[in-house]
Amino acid sequence: MGKTITIDPVTRIEGHSKITLKLDDAGHVSDARFHVTQFRGFEKFCEGRPFYEMPALMARICGICPVSHLVASAKACDAILAVKIPETAAMLRQVLNLAQMIQSHALSYFYLSSPDLLLGFDSDPAKRNIFGVLEKNPQDARDGVRLRRFGQQVIETLADKRIHPAWLVPGGVDQALTADKRDLVLSWLPECYEIVGRTLERTKQSLEGFREEIRTFANFPSLFMGLTTADDKLEMTDGVLRIVDANGKVVVDNADPSTYRELIGEAVEPDSYLKSPYFKPAGYPGGMLRVGPLARMNVIDGIDTPRANEEWAEFRSLERGAVLSSFHYHYARLIEILFGLEKIDQLLHHPAILSKQVRAHARPNNFEGIGVSEAPRGTLIHHYRIDENGLIEWANLIIATGFNNLAMNRGILQAARHYISSQEIHEGMLNRVEAVIRSFDPCLSCSTHAVGAMPLVVELRDAGGRLLDRKAR
Amino acid sequence: MSSRPSAKPAAPAPSSKVKTLTIDDRLVSAREDESILDAARDNGIQIPTLCNLDGLTPVGACRLCMVEVKGSSRLFASCVTMVGEGMEVVTDSERLQKYRKTIVELLFSERNHVCAVCVSNGHCELQNLAQLLGVTHLTVPYLNPKLPVDASHERFVNDHNRCVLCQRCVRVCGEVEGAHTWDINGRGIGARVITDLNQPWGSSETCTGCGKCVQVCPTGALTEKGKSVREMSKRTRFLPYLTMMREDRSE
Ligand code: SF4
Repeated sequence: MGKTITIDPVTRIEGHSKITLKLDDAGHVSDARFHVTQFRGFEKFCEGRPFYEMPALMARICGICPVSHLVASAKACDAILAVKIPETAAMLRQVLNLAQMIQSHALSYFYLSSPDLLLGFDSDPAKRNIFGVLEKNPQDARDGVRLRRFGQQVIETLADKRIHPAWLVPGGVDQALTADKRDLVLSWLPECYEIVGRTLERTKQSLEGFREEIRTFANFPSLFMGLTTADDKLEMTDGVLRIVDANGKVVVDNADPSTYRELIGEAVEPDSYLKSPYFKPAGYPGGMLRVGPLARMNVIDGIDTPRANEEWAEFRSLERGAVLSSFHYHYARLIEILFGLEKIDQLLHHPAILSKQVRAHARPNNFEGIGVSEAPRGTLIHHYRIDENGLIEWANLIIATGFNNLAMNRGILQAARHYISSQEIHEGMLNRVEAVIRSFDPCLSCSTHAVGAMPLVVELRDAGGRLLDRKAR
Repeated sequence: MSSRPSAKPAAPAPSSKVKTLTIDDRLVSAREDESILDAARDNGIQIPTLCNLDGLTPVGACRLCMVEVKGSSRLFASCVTMVGEGMEVVTDSERLQKYRKTIVELLFSERNHVCAVCVSNGHCELQNLAQLLGVTHLTVPYLNPKLPVDASHERFVNDHNRCVLCQRCVRVCGEVEGAHTWDINGRGIGARVITDLNQPWGSSETCTGCGKCVQVCPTGALTEKGKSVREMSKRTRFLPYLTMMREDRSE
């Protein structure tokens, strides 16, 4: 008799979702689905608002990565104004975006995933949270808190507000950086470098112990997409789109992000509020893409900061083509944190960083604007159309977590097939299925269940929907 | 004399007499053509207001400046109630605080005042009032009306979602600029500010584009186009100077 297992809600991710596993008569997993059960409808309530309100309004989508939305939205507005923003403004936006990436990655790595990585997937679920880490490895917990605080402090220092800053505006930023603020940020860097250094070392040493997880956590061929600089280096804020295949072969190169509609299609599934974007030329669902830290490591030819570049080279030597296991999202995240620190260091030493010329003023010159940036979780697209008075007529957002939707579904199926059978359900096995999702760090906006306090309910149902077994923690 | 307060006379008598009254147990004196609000402020007693603005005729639209006057059970809008001899005024009491709080709550519930994403966030008189009066949440339901934004003017925007119907725009346009572009259309909860004969602001024939209405508007209803969230701060200081200069000239 077939059965269905539901993991609801999925814990230690940003948002609300559930996982359903279907078992066939023989007790093997026949299907796995990841459902995003929350619905926001942001695009709809932007309609009729002045376009220049979008950055601050869109930032409200998320309390974890508001800056990512600010950046993509401000860029879409720049396109509506048809301005090239001042060089200093572009650099300041980069610093802000990198700080956001660092704090978000620190949250994902240390708060949400380190309980699995440091305490073990089968450890006591009651202690498998950041407090458990604090008890067993206090240094790691403190490192996580420090790194996350660094990111938030930079955002606060630059933009005067930690969670929802309104510093990014169409045309640039609304205030220049001062020397004392710059020096303050620079003074925090040495400690952060040390933290990333030791965390990277420990993570690399621990990989050996996770061979099974590496082999089964969404480890399959797919396309990878991300922004790169014009010379194919790692880029978070501006740049061009690149797509590579599983062998690491470049499929799309130097694509102007505003042509995304030629590259990306969006499919809608009946059982989830999350749309599934795919690579259009390859069709649906064959054009499955992955975005985010792992994808960015796979699309680039290098990193233009020395230490991160070395780490990247070592990372890419894990496999001959692209690195395919989603388990390595964690590792990639640490390399990106290192890149973020080095890049902020570079940018803040730039001679023009304190320039007062930080905003271009213009009236709307285009009826349409597209802004693309890399959010911590991957490529983020904001696309607006305005009427002749500058009011939003239509808005479309493609969010990083959406891009990963197909791969996450495939990934939980792969892990569930490996770890689950109807004969017995171990909590640690279910935790692994959840952890596949966690490795992608999906941001289903907006809440963080960082402590893992949300109950996990697993239901076993037969083909007729009858409840056979129920486990809760 | 009667203890019943009288409405403000149309034009102040040139040879006005001085009245003595108590405000919050303090003995004060004021010209007979002065309002309770002005008399209180002259003596350093602050009464919260919203529609009131120095340089514009008081209209008593918002009712936030209500005070108690001994001998009457009803409340009086202090901006349009003249001082009287022997009057005993109370500007702050539990009852007044309750009413003022409710007024602010009702203003918030009637339209879509979403401070967090408003261009006037941090520079808004309605927001300041809410903070002053301790309005942390609403006890009445939000009406969430679907209201349009008129962005047809080249330089300014009228967002009905944020309007509190204080009529400052109507008054400054009629009394100071002399254009009388603004008016109120409809009644009660359906009332809206309109330009000319309810046509898009951008097509108004009478609007001179002076921007006074934008500067005096206490909220994010009338704003400069292109200002981002938190960026729209208003300048209202010009008004008393303007009035003063004109009076000088006419003398
Ligand atoms: S638009 Fe502004 S000034 Fe005019 S009535 Fe509304 S809130 Fe008052």
